[in-house]
Amino acid sequence: MRRFVTAAVLAAALPVASAQAWEPTKPIEIIVPFPPGGSSDQMARTIQGAIQKNNLVSQPIIIVNKPAAAGGEAMLDIQKSAGDPHKLITTSSGIYMTPLATKLPVSWKNFTPIAMMAQDAFLLWVNASQPYKNAKDFVEAAKKANPPLKTGGNGSKREDHLISVTMEQAAGIKITYIPYQGGGPSSVQLAGGHIDANMNNPAEEIANWRSGAVKPLCVFSDKPLAYNQKITADMSWADVPTCVSQGLDVNYQMLRGMFMPGKVTPEQQAFYVELFRKVTETADWKAYVERNALVPDFRSGQAFVDFLTTDEQKHKDLMGKAGFIGTN
Amino acid sequence: MDDLHQLLLGFQVALSWTNVMFMVVGVLLGIVVGVLPGLGGPNGVAILLPLTFGMDPTSAIILLSSIYWGALFGGAITSILFNIPGEAWSVATTFDGYPMAQQGRAGEALTAAFTASFIGALAGVVLITFVAPLVAKFALRFGPAEFFGVFFLTFCSFIGMGKENKAKIVASLAIGFLLAAVGLDTISGDLRLTFGVSELIKGFDFLVVVIGLFGVSEILLTIEEGLHFKGKKAAIDLKVVLRTWASLPRYWATLIRSSVVGMWMGVTPGGAIAASFMGYGLAKRFSRTPENFGRGEMEGVLAPETAAHAAGTSALLPMLALGIPGSATAAVLLGGLMIWGLQPGPLLFVEKKEFVWGLIASMYLGNVAGLLIVLATVPVFAAIMRIPFALVAPIILIVCAIGAYTVESSRFDIWLMLVFGVIGYVFKKLDYPLAPLVLALVLGDRAEDAFRQALLGSGGDLSVFFSNGLVSTLMVVGLLLLFWGPLSAGRRLVMGRITPTQSAPTSPRG
Amino acid sequence: MMADASDTAPEAGLSRRVVEILVALILMGLAAMVLWDSYERGAGWDGGPQNGFFPARVGWILLIAAVAALVSALRREDSVFVTYGQLRMVASVFLPLLLYVTGIEFLGLYVASALFMALFMIMLGDFRWWQTLLAVVAVPLIAFWVFEVQFRLSLPKGPVEAMLGY
Repeated sequence: MRRFVTAAVLAAALPVASAQAWEPTKPIEIIVPFPPGGSSDQMARTIQGAIQKNNLVSQPIIIVNKPAAAGGEAMLDIQKSAGDPHKLITTSSGIYMTPLATKLPVSWKNFTPIAMMAQDAFLLWVNASQPYKNAKDFVEAAKKANPPLKTGGNGSKREDHLISVTMEQAAGIKITYIPYQGGGPSSVQLAGGHIDANMNNPAEEIANWRSGAVKPLCVFSDKPLAYNQKITADMSWADVPTCVSQGLDVNYQMLRGMFMPGKVTPEQQAFYVELFRKVTETADWKAYVERNALVPDFRSGQAFVDFLTTDEQKHKDLMGKAGFIGTN
Repeated sequence: MDDLHQLLLGFQVALSWTNVMFMVVGVLLGIVVGVLPGLGGPNGVAILLPLTFGMDPTSAIILLSSIYWGALFGGAITSILFNIPGEAWSVATTFDGYPMAQQGRAGEALTAAFTASFIGALAGVVLITFVAPLVAKFALRFGPAEFFGVFFLTFCSFIGMGKENKAKIVASLAIGFLLAAVGLDTISGDLRLTFGVSELIKGFDFLVVVIGLFGVSEILLTIEEGLHFKGKKAAIDLKVVLRTWASLPRYWATLIRSSVVGMWMGVTPGGAIAASFMGYGLAKRFSRTPENFGRGEMEGVLAPETAAHAAGTSALLPMLALGIPGSATAAVLLGGLMIWGLQPGPLLFVEKKEFVWGLIASMYLGNVAGLLIVLATVPVFAAIMRIPFALVAPIILIVCAIGAYTVESSRFDIWLMLVFGVIGYVFKKLDYPLAPLVLALVLGDRAEDAFRQALLGSGGDLSVFFSNGLVSTLMVVGLLLLFWGPLSAGRRLVMGRITPTQSAPTSPRG
Repeated sequence: MMADASDTAPEAGLSRRVVEILVALILMGLAAMVLWDSYERGAGWDGGPQNGFFPARVGWILLIAAVAALVSALRREDSVFVTYGQLRMVASVFLPLLLYVTGIEFLGLYVASALFMALFMIMLGDFRWWQTLLAVVAVPLIAFWVFEVQFRLSLPKGPVEAMLGY
């Protein structure tokens, strides 16, 4: 293995012709605010692989997992590293949700936004043995159910929980939400019939969908996913209707992006924007996006900042309505 | 049998020269990763994952899973030699492994640990080979109530057996639970017990606490008695391996029991850590000489190692068959499978036969390779005990500091390690038992989460813990184990077999 | 394990009773903090246990256990917790360790490790100067090679590493 490591180091050390005004001078650290193996971690490691394979940067990339406190610790770390141009953080909606819910003194406004790599969709999944054919059936069943139907998802006051509560409010139903340690456990709990539905991302349920353990009812996006390839015998991601079209008026997507600490120079920022633009053009990245049924949506500069501002306001409203804003 | 045929084909895949090379390299790397505290199996595998993207998936997973075997083997080494568990699942190995090393039986303890690991792993692989789909389905029956049942059972099999002051056992257990509760609470999504200190939001990591409590404090205790390690006269030839093997058949019952416990915990997935504690607890319960545990009883090394390895191996089964990671390392491997373009899940066995069976065959071969490699290193590691204290002690302390730091890349954790080193030193001298603290720390919040998840689902109705055969059985067995101690003590009293060493006055509070 | 140390010589040392009482009091203080925090954020039963329910129950248990430990410490015959001679030995390891951990904050892990090795080997060992020098240079270098180069883990660094471009 050592030979491999050395080979990779040598490969990464080859000079890369570039017109950039700034170049990293030491290893670049990507902080992942989730545990190894999660979907953010997979994204970071795919990026790491794509960069190394295609020699996009002359320095090695190091991945550091800091999953504690729903990513709060990772964000505190970035906040403290102001001015360090060799640190990056992968983000999800947690970048506004965790500070709002826990009152941790961090804000993305103190970070330097680099780029949004893609958006991740959420779907309403139920156990395949349930009679529900569409979201309407599910809502009807939820209205009648006593005790209430159970949904499950990753953590409390996070994306999944927010969708569950928003669903309750939009459809006028009562749902019991059970927080698990991640999308993986919640997927297993659904396959085992311990909960009635979950709101997982495509990547978290694709295996169980293909094996026939679960089925999707609708997608919480404003248009169906773009992937036409058949996943099961008769359905592709594109065949899953939007929840809004089924009368369940809930619309939610999550960003997947990259940030740097605050107080870096514009040249440093420009270097990484360009780097990640190149990453999104690699075959590895494209394969990753398709495999996980992500919505490709690369944004940088002002477009990204505008998106973040609007998206944060949307989260503030939704979380306010759901009663998730921290008080302590 | 079709499976056997498939397995033979798998051996053909795994036995190619490149794959065997990957296996050996992987095991060696894994041992390094396992020996260094803080640099656990998940990190080791995750760090090397990107390098495998361009490789053939079968070779890639053989390499990465071999790192996993190596890490499982390697975790025992520092536990036995320096009382520092390289991995969380080797904490229980320190209880008897370290006393054995102090008595100059380090070679024996290492051999026992490695062989037990191998037996456990073999049990796990056999399980994967022959009953994979059946067992995988069973894992789906575990909802929150059942998970709580498993944790409850683990606690019951382990707690309530010490001869220490009862108040101190309870205090130690309570401290463990409280440490586990610090940080973000999964169920409510709120921070608790952080008192506004931002360093505390990440809670107390198990490994940081253990490195301090066990490793650092042990060096402080050692130095009281002079500048040397005990057990310097460890035999360092390979004959010790054969001698130890000759004594193993005596412990067949422990080996089988721990294998079963491990397989069960790996599949369910209670995990290797819980399995090692349960294996140790049960071995002590069923032993004729429970008072020898903690003083260098070989059974106390065999039991947790067998269980941890059986669990660690079986944890790959739900990953392959259901796409559920049974352990943190399995979660990373799972990510790898997807990056290589494989979709874990029930269809993997149908669609990618050569991959699955190649992997299963490599589990047999990887563990054989692992056993041979680690046994060959026994004399090397036993010889470490002869290096002067003033040279080894600072190196150990440096490795401890690095380990504490790497867990979360946090400088604060190095300070925590130091603080827990002092706590460990004081607690050991005052007879506060450390094992209950560690067990509560590692399983406490998971047990609490499961308990609260179950009650959320049932609308606050406690009968959920007796709502079906599975969970009721778990709870009842747990309760039986909890009262096993008093019951068997009563039985011994009746049969008049009480030995003089046991007649220590019991606390009136008991 | 410790019994033989305290049985053999009635040397002067720190009173065990004092340490027992001190530890019990600290534990009571911890329990009080836990109880305060838990009741502050809700320790009741609201369709299932609240956030503070378990910590509060465990806090009470800890409080009771600490009181029991205190009582039994007062009742027990006093003995020596650690003799002053032993304490000096322990301090000879603990103080360098404390300096080391402090040093990591300012100098980074590698430089601090080198200094720690040197301090430890000179104070507690009887090595030849070249042996000490070899260990002092080799240990941080090996650590750097293993962690930074091979495993790509970034350990705390200080001004010296920054000068070298890391």
